[in-house]
Amino acid sequence: MSHAVSPLREPLVSEARTLHQLTDEIARPMERRPTKAWWCAFLASFSALVLGVYCVSVQVMTGVGTWGLNKTVGWAFDITNFVFWIGIGHAGTLISAILFLFRQKWRTSINRSAEAMTLFAVMCAGLFPIIHMGRPWFAYFAAPYPNDRGPLWVNFRSPLVWDMFAISTYFIISAVFWYVGLLPDLATMRDRAKSAIRKAIYGALSLGWNGSQRTWLRYETVYLLLAGLATPLVLSVHSIVSMDFATSILPGWHTTIFPPYFVAGAVFSGFAMVLTLMIIARHVMGWKHLITIRHVENMTKIMIATGGIVGFAYATEFFTAWYSGNELERFAFSNRAFGPYAWAYWIMVGCNVLIPQFFWFKKIRTSVAAVFALSILVNVGMWFERFVIIVTSLHRDFLPSSWAMYAPTFIEVGTLVGTFGLFFTCFLLFIRVLPAVSIAEVKAVSGYARKIGVTTEFREQSAKKPVDSWRERNGEPNGHGGRTPPQPQSTQRSEEKKKGDKKEDAGAGADLVTEAGE
Amino acid sequence: MTCLHCENAPCETVCPVLATVHSSDGLNQQVYNRCVGTRYCANNCPPKVRRFNWFEYDHGEPIERMVLNPDVVVRSRGVMEKCSLCVQRIQAGKADAKRAGRPVADGDIRTACQQSCPAGAIVFGDLNDPKSRVAALVKSGRNYRLFEDLNIGPVVSYLTKLRNPGSKEGV
Repeated sequence: MSHAVSPLREPLVSEARTLHQLTDEIARPMERRPTKAWWCAFLASFSALVLGVYCVSVQVMTGVGTWGLNKTVGWAFDITNFVFWIGIGHAGTLISAILFLFRQKWRTSINRSAEAMTLFAVMCAGLFPIIHMGRPWFAYFAAPYPNDRGPLWVNFRSPLVWDMFAISTYFIISAVFWYVGLLPDLATMRDRAKSAIRKAIYGALSLGWNGSQRTWLRYETVYLLLAGLATPLVLSVHSIVSMDFATSILPGWHTTIFPPYFVAGAVFSGFAMVLTLMIIARHVMGWKHLITIRHVENMTKIMIATGGIVGFAYATEFFTAWYSGNELERFAFSNRAFGPYAWAYWIMVGCNVLIPQFFWFKKIRTSVAAVFALSILVNVGMWFERFVIIVTSLHRDFLPSSWAMYAPTFIEVGTLVGTFGLFFTCFLLFIRVLPAVSIAEVKAVSGYARKIGVTTEFREQSAKKPVDSWRERNGEPNGHGGRTPPQPQSTQRSEEKKKGDKKEDAGAGADLVTEAGE
Repeated sequence: MTCLHCENAPCETVCPVLATVHSSDGLNQQVYNRCVGTRYCANNCPPKVRRFNWFEYDHGEPIERMVLNPDVVVRSRGVMEKCSLCVQRIQAGKADAKRAGRPVADGDIRTACQQSCPAGAIVFGDLNDPKSRVAALVKSGRNYRLFEDLNIGPVVSYLTKLRNPGSKEGV
């Protein structure tokens, strides 16, 4: 029994909640009318989305000439935004898959939202490779589909084709993983639904979930397998994205350290975005006891590590350029730091190397306002990192006769704003219709599940043993993961529900009183 | 600068849809109706000689259309284009030679730039033919290629300026 939890360790989720209260708190935002704050956020996001739709329509109808590109700088905002959004998505997969395999139970409060964030970020990212094309209506040419054009096929030597595979795989696996993880919660929503339409929709989506031990067993197996499938994607997707640059011959792009450097940067920016979103969510939704300061701290610690890798990569790039003795390489990097786009470079260094150093201080890590501000700065820095890599390498390349400057147009800025609109619109709709915290998983780490034996017989067992592990009490129903909720929970839950349905309205206001996480 | 028609062209490896490929003649060709316009080829081109059709350039006016070369297809917007070494003239020259029942002779095919250069500074021909004028110039000792350190194998090469260091002018 390797998975005992020390009784000395603080529970991840406070003990002052019963299982029913937890269900109630997470499900309630979906069962009441949206709040004023939600409407304000939604209208702002939706306006940004409309602006984006306008800008993309103008660009697709008129031509890529509506962007500020020229013959020297062929990519700028488009691919910058693409890499930025793909990077944002990586933290979601890291939290949901890698932290699951490493049995980091603190992931349970944030994995659902982080995975949703991944999906929406990949949607935003996937837009750019399509709209950046001169003829986006022929984007399907990049897919190896059977055709009657003789030997016409895609170019498997091109990293853009690898990209197409990497991103579509990433989106499909993330979506399936997210959906499978949602099943038990969809069933909870179905069971709580009062209207017939809600019941029908959640019922259909929950795929006939019945909460039996057999269902849980299969669910756990599938979830583990999908976590295994998603794990390599965390590393592979951004490695392949980095090869869009690394396989070229342009000084500043042609760099072998790109794959690990990009993956670290992706996780770094992704955690910054998770923090931004989670800090808003815990305030707006009143989930301070679910998404605790400990979660915030853990994420900032990951950011110190990945930010360190990114900072090290910046230094390595300069060293390599100097040590190579190649004049073009040396020029590309001195132009980056001291050329006309030096301001972008120093924003990048400031936000990505200096800002995470604040997280060494516990006072800053535990101050939600400070972490929120710093996480936004990190996102700004990571956006500039991609801008610096793409634009400063392109604008002054081999021949001074082709050097040029780049400045974005309104259409490009509007498209970037529009993707933020798309992202937040999707996210706000998500927290309205789906449980933004995994109800089933959070119960397994709640103080309630640890302290109180879940049924009478298990309570007796646990009283004899000092080691407080539900797995030991449950007699190890299967061999993996700290994720299985207490087995008798399904019966427990239905009992709770009977009681709960009656006192639902009465209990609603009472459970926000204690904020034990802080 | 014009396209160097690299033997080992960096633009060709990065195109996802194989819209830029090498011909058996050694030309780096752009297939306009296959091009989706990712612009990666232009980004990866060291001399930056590719040009993108940023907009749909209207050629609807019948009078305006008369200035266009009827032998060259009009490229639509969103398509990359580049020097084709006057592939239409090469094809015509080959066809003429075939009709006459003889191999293409040196000087049969002249590119538009070659034809219009008053100084006669541009020479076009078959490098594989040791008797051709262009092959002789390449072997002349004045010939050099750009970006040799990148190993892209440009086919278009240049001749160095003739200098006379002994003269007073030093040019």
